[in-house]
This record gives sequence, C-alpha cells and structure tokens, in this order.
Amino acid sequence: MIALHHYLVLSALLFAIGVIGIFLNRKNLIVLLMAIELMLLAVNMNFVAFSHYRNDLAGQLFVFFILTVAAAESGIGLAILVVLFRNLSTIDVDEIDSLKG
Amino acid sequence: MHMEMKTIIFYVLAALMIFAALRVITARNPVHAVLYLVLAFFNAGALWLTLQAEFLAIALVMVYVGAVMVLFLFVVMMLDIDVKRLRQGFWSHMPLAATLGVLMVGEMILVLSTDYFGTASFPDTAMPADYSNTKELGRLLFTDYAYPFELASIILLVAIIAAVVLTLRHRKDVKRLDPAQQIAVKHTDRLRVLKMPAEKEAE
Repeated sequence: MIALHHYLVLSALLFAIGVIGIFLNRKNLIVLLMAIELMLLAVNMNFVAFSHYRNDLAGQLFVFFILTVAAAESGIGLAILVVLFRNLSTIDVDEIDSLKG
Repeated sequence: MHMEMKTIIFYVLAALMIFAALRVITARNPVHAVLYLVLAFFNAGALWLTLQAEFLAIALVMVYVGAVMVLFLFVVMMLDIDVKRLRQGFWSHMPLAATLGVLMVGEMILVLSTDYFGTASFPDTAMPADYSNTKELGRLLFTDYAYPFELASIILLVAIIAAVVLTLRHRKDVKRLDPAQQIAVKHTDRLRVLKMPAEKEAE
C-alpha cells in the first residue's frame, strides 16, 4: 500500500541528490543547471502527490506554472551559458570572477 | 493483488529514478548526465501516472524531455568542454555534501514516520472511469486561473526575447541586410518617374 509519505520521502531523496550535485559539481555550470532541474522535479513530485491524496487539483495547476517558469529559467540560463562560453571559452565557475565577488 | 502490483511498480520506478539522479550528478561525460536526466524525467512521468495526473505526466515528457532536455543536449554538444579540468577536486566536498543530504532526508523521514501530519490516513481515492484529468485541469485553467495562465504566457514571451537578445551577435565579416531599413524604403528611393513629352511636336 503506497501512501503519501512514500512519495514525500522519495522527493526528499531526489532533492537531497540535487543539493549534493550542486556541492560536487561546483565547477561545471551545465551540471549545476541539471542539479537545479532535479530539485525542481522533487518539488513538483510533492505537489502532484499532495494533489492526488488530498483530491485537490490546485496542486497540479501549480506544477503547470512551475513547469512554465522552469522552462523559461533553463532557456535563459543556457543562453547566458552560451554567451559566457563565447566570451571566456570556459564554463568553469572558478574562473568567472570578473565581478571580484 | 491489485495493490501489490502498484507497490512493486512504485518501488521499481522510484529505484530507477534515484539511480538516474545519482548518475546525473556523478557522470563524467556531460552528455551522459543529460541522458540520465532524461531517464529521471521519464520515471517521474510514470510515477505521476500512478498518481492519476495524466496531463502533467505527458506534459513533463513532451515539454521537458522533448524540448528542454534537447536544448541541454544541443548546448552540451556545442560547447567544447575540458572535462578533466572541471573534474578536479570533484570529491573534495563530498563529506560536507553527504552530511547535508543525509541530514535533510533523515529529518524528512523523522517527521513523516511519527505520522504527526497523519499522511498515512489520506485515502488513495481512485477516480471514476469516465473522469478526465485533462478536462478538469483545462476547465480550472480557463476559469479560476485564467489570469495566472496569461501571466505564464507573458513569462514565456519574455524568456524567448531574452534568449534571442542574449545570444544575438553581429559578425563584422558577414554582409547582412538591415530589416528596418528594408521595411522603411519608399518607392521614390528606387524608381524615379521622369516627366517628358510622349513624342516630339510635329513641325
């Protein structure tokens, strides 16, 4: 019998993997973006699970809007990545320090 | 027996998804990472199907696997990345990251296992056979959520314009036409009508 907390633990695992991915791939900007996608997927999984078990479609509508914003985000992120690579010939986060932050 | 099957399906899909997610963050080759992310999204879509969210499951596969992941694949293949340099010191932050991850999952399990929120008591209601998830979502989207829906379309429009403007560049060594100048051209710039007598006067 699969209950709500199975899905919640699964998405917690997925979210934790996304966070670990950000720590491990500090240098590779593309894999950083992919780790963010994993975390967004975990959040969406929570919304869908709650929507099903509480019998409320608002959760699924929220996922719809999150998908829209996430698609826009990755589109612009990849565009910035391409411009960055064109100008610096690298996507190493350590070398992108022209703002001296 | 019916419930048993659903449990097995859940665990198989969940295990595959966790495996794919782990490979996404550890794969040496970025192309492999993208392909494993596709696998993770596919499994998530299948899990959403078991939650009777059919529209979102198909939308995830079509929008994410079909568009966003292909975009990722394009960019990864376009860029010439020196993977060896990017992998330097890859595992050096693993202790901290693992501690953080285990803490997050452990806390989540701790909260959920006490059943403080009563998550186990929510009924797993099956919808009637003639229930259409897509129809219900569409009805909500075009009535109660019409305004947010239009805002979402504006966000997408802004994203399109931003992506085009960011990557647009004018190369000096390539001759190109200026569309604005082309549109603004008038017929008098191209054609001059001369006034002249049709034929000479008879003498």
